[in-house]
Amino acid sequence: MNDKPVTLYRHMKDLPSTHLLGSGTAMCSGCGGLEALHEIYDIIGEKSLYVNAAGCMTLLSVYPFTPFRGSWLYTAMASAAAGAQGVRDALDILLEKKQMKADEDMQVVVLSGDGSAYGMGLSATSSAMERNLDFIYICYDNEGYGNTGQQYSGATPHAARTSTSKGSSGFRGFKKDLFSIWAAHKPTYVATVIGSEPVDLARKIEKAMQLKGPRLILALSPCPTGWDYDPQDSVEIGKLAVKTGIWPLKEYVDGKVRHTKLPKQRLSVDEYLKRQGRFNHLYQPDRNDKLINEIQIDVDDYWSEVVE
Amino acid sequence: MNRVLLTGNGAAAWGARLAQAEYIPAFPITPQTEIIETLAQWIDQDKMTARLVTLESEHSMITAAAAAAVTGVRVFSATSSQGLLYAMEMIYTVSGWRAPFVLVNVSRGLASPITLEPDHNDVLAARDSGCLQIHCSTCQEVLDNTLIAYRLAEDPRVRLPVIVNLDGFYLSFTREPVLLPEIESVKNFIGEYNPENMRFRAHEPMSHAVAVLGGAPYSYFRYQTHLAVENGLAVYDELAKEFEQQFGREYGVIENYFADDADYVFVMMDSFATKAKDAVDKLRATGWAIGLLRPRLIRPFPAERFRTLLSGKKAVAVIDQNISMGMGGVLHSELCTALYGQPQTPEIVASFIGGLGGRDITVEEFFEIAKSIRHADEINQTPSPRLLYTETELREIRKLQSLANVKLHGFGETS
Repeated sequence: MNDKPVTLYRHMKDLPSTHLLGSGTAMCSGCGGLEALHEIYDIIGEKSLYVNAAGCMTLLSVYPFTPFRGSWLYTAMASAAAGAQGVRDALDILLEKKQMKADEDMQVVVLSGDGSAYGMGLSATSSAMERNLDFIYICYDNEGYGNTGQQYSGATPHAARTSTSKGSSGFRGFKKDLFSIWAAHKPTYVATVIGSEPVDLARKIEKAMQLKGPRLILALSPCPTGWDYDPQDSVEIGKLAVKTGIWPLKEYVDGKVRHTKLPKQRLSVDEYLKRQGRFNHLYQPDRNDKLINEIQIDVDDYWSEVVE
Repeated sequence: MNRVLLTGNGAAAWGARLAQAEYIPAFPITPQTEIIETLAQWIDQDKMTARLVTLESEHSMITAAAAAAVTGVRVFSATSSQGLLYAMEMIYTVSGWRAPFVLVNVSRGLASPITLEPDHNDVLAARDSGCLQIHCSTCQEVLDNTLIAYRLAEDPRVRLPVIVNLDGFYLSFTREPVLLPEIESVKNFIGEYNPENMRFRAHEPMSHAVAVLGGAPYSYFRYQTHLAVENGLAVYDELAKEFEQQFGREYGVIENYFADDADYVFVMMDSFATKAKDAVDKLRATGWAIGLLRPRLIRPFPAERFRTLLSGKKAVAVIDQNISMGMGGVLHSELCTALYGQPQTPEIVASFIGGLGGRDITVEEFFEIAKSIRHADEINQTPSPRLLYTETELREIRKLQSLANVKLHGFGETS
């Protein structure tokens, strides 16, 4: 961690003071995904083309309006990465043939939720990485099929209540490790971010923009509607996700994983869980020590292996 | 112009090469694979300048194809059967993007049971998608219509994907003499792709394929696509005329084989129609006034042309190499819809299903079909739809079942 990269973003005051992405969209109030997207879009800029997979953010662009200053292509749930492939290849063909000026080129970005990124779209994404596609993949991860009412997905954490896991133990499965799945492909860049840590996020987007090849920005996206909390608490819950160690901020580059923010004294997972209705059954009517401990041990185990 | 022996697949590949397709998203599937292998080899040997990318599925392949087309390059792709069905979500989606590209489908029967030989249930599953469909019966037609398909897809009145269909095995792997046009004359016919304002550029941002809320904007776009598909009929006519002037080969939206003076008419699609032609020749030799109509365009459906061509006929036999479970032949339904209630319309339009999964339709069966519609006309009663199958075929199946001791009870066997 000695060779600190040159960055424009050291403090909050370094961040862009006005947002590029338009307001007044159909996202829920307090949407942690939109918060992250605003911050990401400010750094990536308007010379970009967002290839979208079916999810909440499909409703950002509703005919004939869009909050994006650049371009947009909605595809389907499974194949946004393939859409990015087609666009990138076509732009490269046009550049090679000099049928398009270099300054008309764009950053090709996939924008998908966790339902697509962790599940239906994973095959197309894996194959895009295998071809070393030059693109940025943004996943806003709200840990469930949010747009259809928060059914559990491959990204849902252990014990969370969703609309398809309403029992006393919540979701019996475990959150899939998409960061490692990506890293196993040896792509250019993989990073976790969260909107409530905007400087860390800005630096990672800044770094991603300086690289070529497949790059994942995996944004944990606190979701008041799906996680069941007051929309005004989104930033606070995001901060707690980091402080409890539940959402490690890290990046993979050149074959190495580096944590960008080490929670010095990790808070108990209770601080994060008890703020959200989706974990209410762990505390009401009685405290479910067994499940809460399982979650705590899982987090402790993760950090015990982190050597920086 | 060069005369060479080409398979149907080879002819399709030559179509892409001569049209100077710039981008080829690919995925292998029998009996189509030879097309992408041929193109890949030409690219490796610098005989063709294009970028071929193998995706991980046909769903991704069609997504990439359309995404590239709306970015502004000329795109070719090919698939078959299960591949077309795997891609079906995107086949329907990308017509709504108004993405102009050419997709060759090499027809093959659908699972289950899984098989390799042709029928048309695969391509007819794309019937309502908004993609235009040109159906071919010879290798020359495959090549020529791939060229015409680019003009059709890219025409500002259309701007839609075009599917060029050829039958697996019977055409895909059959060598026929094909006249190869010179690339300069093809360039003259097709020209460079001009996407006009349908393209992505940093300084001309565009939102493509955005969501709509409510039925009114949704209907607006769906009607737009429908009307553009309908435009395809007149545009195809224009293009076919231009093609004929330049290359000397004539293509109408419906191939008319001795139907003008006929009392009885076979109606069939694709390569098995050549079997019907043989039957027409033999029947005419014995004095029958019989002919064949073979629609090249299935979408848009040439309803008005059929009405004109079939006006005053005694009886029509539609031989469908497809089956809509619980309804019957798709072409039969479509033709009846086109003809019903029209003046001078034939009173007998009978349905026959045959050639599923490449099952042969013998000349004797065509004779039987002809007799059956003549009889129907005499007694003025349309026969029930017929599923062509011979006693010998059933006996062979029974023999296999008995050899393997297959127990049919409980599997819903119907005799």
